[in-house]
Amino acid sequence: MTQSVVVQVGQCGNQVGCRFWDLALREHSHVNKKGIYDEALSSFFRNVDSRRSVGGSCDITGGRIQSLKARAVLVDMEEGVVNKILQGPLRELFDSTQLITDVSGSGNNWAVGHWTYGSAYREQIVDQLRRAAEHCDCLQCFFLIHSMGGGTGSGLGTCVLKLLEEEFPEVCRIVTSVYPSAEDDVVTSPYNSVLAMRELTEHADCVLPVENQSLVDIVNKIKHMSHSGKPGSVIKKDSAIISGQGGVSGAEKPFDAMNNIVANLLLNITSSARFEGSLNMDLNEIAMNLVPFPRLHYLVPSLTPLYTLADVNIPTRRLDQMFTDAFSKDHQLIRADPKHSLYLACALMVRGNVQVSDLRRNIERLKPMLPFVSWNQEGWKTGLCSVPPVGHSHSLLALANNTCVKPTFMELRDRFTKLYRKKAHMHHYLHVDGMEQGCFMEALSSLSSLIEEYSQLDATKDRLMPDAARLNIAT
Amino acid sequence: MSIVTVQLGQCGNQVGQELFEVISNDANDTQRKVYSECSSERFFNETANRELVARSVLIDMEPKVISQSIAKTAKSGKWRYGDRSHFSQKQGSGNNWANGYCVHGPRHEEVVMDIVRREVEHCDCLAGIMAMMSVAGGTGSGVGTYVTQCLRDEYPNSFILNHLTWPYGTGEVIVQNYNSVLTLSHLYQLSDAILVHENDTVHKICAQLMNIKHISFRDVNKVIAHQLGSVLQPALTGDSHGVYNRNPIGELMSSLVCHPEYKLLSVCNIPQVSSSSMAYSMFTWPGLLKHLRQMLIANSKMEEGIDWQVRAPSLQPEGIERTRSHRRPGFNTSLANLLILRGKDVNNAEISGFQHPSLYTPWLPADEAFSMWKTPVPFNKYEKSAILVSNSQTLLRPLDNMVGKAWNMFASRAYIHQYTKFGISEEDFLDSFTSLEQVISSYSQL
Repeated sequence: MTQSVVVQVGQCGNQVGCRFWDLALREHSHVNKKGIYDEALSSFFRNVDSRRSVGGSCDITGGRIQSLKARAVLVDMEEGVVNKILQGPLRELFDSTQLITDVSGSGNNWAVGHWTYGSAYREQIVDQLRRAAEHCDCLQCFFLIHSMGGGTGSGLGTCVLKLLEEEFPEVCRIVTSVYPSAEDDVVTSPYNSVLAMRELTEHADCVLPVENQSLVDIVNKIKHMSHSGKPGSVIKKDSAIISGQGGVSGAEKPFDAMNNIVANLLLNITSSARFEGSLNMDLNEIAMNLVPFPRLHYLVPSLTPLYTLADVNIPTRRLDQMFTDAFSKDHQLIRADPKHSLYLACALMVRGNVQVSDLRRNIERLKPMLPFVSWNQEGWKTGLCSVPPVGHSHSLLALANNTCVKPTFMELRDRFTKLYRKKAHMHHYLHVDGMEQGCFMEALSSLSSLIEEYSQLDATKDRLMPDAARLNIAT
Repeated sequence: MSIVTVQLGQCGNQVGQELFEVISNDANDTQRKVYSECSSERFFNETANRELVARSVLIDMEPKVISQSIAKTAKSGKWRYGDRSHFSQKQGSGNNWANGYCVHGPRHEEVVMDIVRREVEHCDCLAGIMAMMSVAGGTGSGVGTYVTQCLRDEYPNSFILNHLTWPYGTGEVIVQNYNSVLTLSHLYQLSDAILVHENDTVHKICAQLMNIKHISFRDVNKVIAHQLGSVLQPALTGDSHGVYNRNPIGELMSSLVCHPEYKLLSVCNIPQVSSSSMAYSMFTWPGLLKHLRQMLIANSKMEEGIDWQVRAPSLQPEGIERTRSHRRPGFNTSLANLLILRGKDVNNAEISGFQHPSLYTPWLPADEAFSMWKTPVPFNKYEKSAILVSNSQTLLRPLDNMVGKAWNMFASRAYIHQYTKFGISEEDFLDSFTSLEQVISSYSQL
């Protein structure tokens, strides 16, 4: 069994990470009733005997759980969020050595995060990453969680990404990036996001973009549903994807509902690597199947069902509904419409009591409605994991490599250009050592060429592409 | 004589386990001691305390499937895998043939071959080696190809049969056509024969003949195991004078693979019914064989939905070469067929319908193209059953589709970077495409 390390950077990264660890514990305690440190648990947690001071690791699976430690590195250039974690119920999960904090913050400035803190904390970060890696028996994947709009997550986060590539070139890098809403209160967020985008495009294996606005919409929709109280639409307690009930954290904080969605995304993406199933899907299969060209590695996630109704009458229809929903606009974690854009590839990661025939039926049913690029008409990757998420009988995570990410990127570029034309706030960036005006131009042209690559693929949509002429064999 | 099985990857390991399950049940069911002893010798190694240990090597680059198989079989109590005959790693091949073939295969060659050698040494007499794998993923296809290559080097004089599971046309692995093309083109140089099961076909059998509502991979694998078992269990060959055939793999090859350009084999069987309707079904040999013959010539893999309009072409007078225009639409030309009959009254079965020269390619005499094995022992609870192993044009269309889709993807160079990373170049791809186009061309000219 392989292990993964979560690297959470900045305020948003740490808040999401915190929800992830809570829900991961909830999930494992639900599946693993005996308190044995098993293979599944080992993928995100170490088992440590705290009574022994040195070398107190009892990472061998099969023994009793002593004290679980998260395979995580927490980085923030303020102390607030990390301190809160240390005072909260999850504090036992982290050693003080897993934390890297500063006091002054990055001031919503990508350059400060990337260059100033990047060089100041480089050694310390690399040390922590190495230590986390050494605790793994077979390290497969780094999950980086950060936001794009601020200074630390976006600047230092992408610096960490580069360090990961330098230090661990063989280990897969999956980045969860939270994109700012258009009405973001951070004025410089377009700069930060575009500067970060270039790093993501060049150094990540896969990026799972998540937009704040979509998370807000999903949360509102679920709250509306659960209050409408129509007969037959009573939502089962604990089952909504935004619910953190059953976790160790008590009262819900403002962003918890939104962060729970992202945490669930990470749980579902790793479920097939942790638990058994009739069609396993390992983490290294994600990039292999979904990334046809190295730069086009932005995978739009959607999660279904968002909640489970208490009334269980027509399970088959509900199962099919789950597949239909995964392709609808209001289940995507960014504001995008995959059905009306072009699919390069699509993964369906199913959990729970679902058989291969259910998968086949639904793929056959949905295929005619979904435009796929001409050379990948059957671009489906599927995984079946037998352990469902807590509170559900089944669930589906769809990852779409789809040109529908383009509008988000174009909007970002527009907002960037508006600021850049006036050179607004630029001096804050140019003060920073390592930052030059050229960085802005390069980041912009990297984004533009990415958009162009998606446009070229989009242009092939609805056009009948002839099959490539086959090789002829002389007879 | 004994067969050593090598199970590779998730699919190979799951199908392999079902195969041993079917064989052990079948051998246990029957009262015929000679048959069951012959079967046991073939597939199992009997320990001093009379335990049956499968002559099988389990290989995966990921631990979950193998540990599940071992646990499951240990629980069943009927048979088990050898204590030291499995090898797994922690991290899978990630659906990447190149990763399996260029990295994992060479890295673990020594350990894997040691296990195989040990298993071979347990056999009094080795009939051949059967490597079971899928072509879609990374471990079965990539490591499987590499291991087959090692087997070929280590056992140059043994028969090597590859059993391949072809993926669903849509939706298992996106790069499945690349992986399939690389696997098949390499195996074509290494293997003596390649026996193919297509998931799509077997899935249809589960849905239409077995009436299974929620078809799982287990159901699909069971059907594959049933068909494979019915080929490999003991039977009497034409010249064995009442003694069970000693080397099913060697005899399979001498019956079916007479030319190195043609080594793709497929299987179809009749009857195939759900266990609940078995008790109410009556079958006669003429009825079964009439259907089976039409399944063969109309190229349908199951009893339901056979096209009865397809007829064998009339034979041309000697000296006039048969050309494309003389061929009937939908007619499936065979190079060679092996018919295996199991069960009651086999000696009364009339099989001349399979011997007619019009079914076969003109350059091979029909008496060499057709062979038959039979045994009065019923197989796997079926009172009568007929299995046809065929070297014919059946796989032409799926192969052509597979190559066509991979070629289309290759034309846009999509996903190629994932393979070059591990040392498979564009030229390697081109070589593989060329050799498979050659196979397609050969089969279409039968």
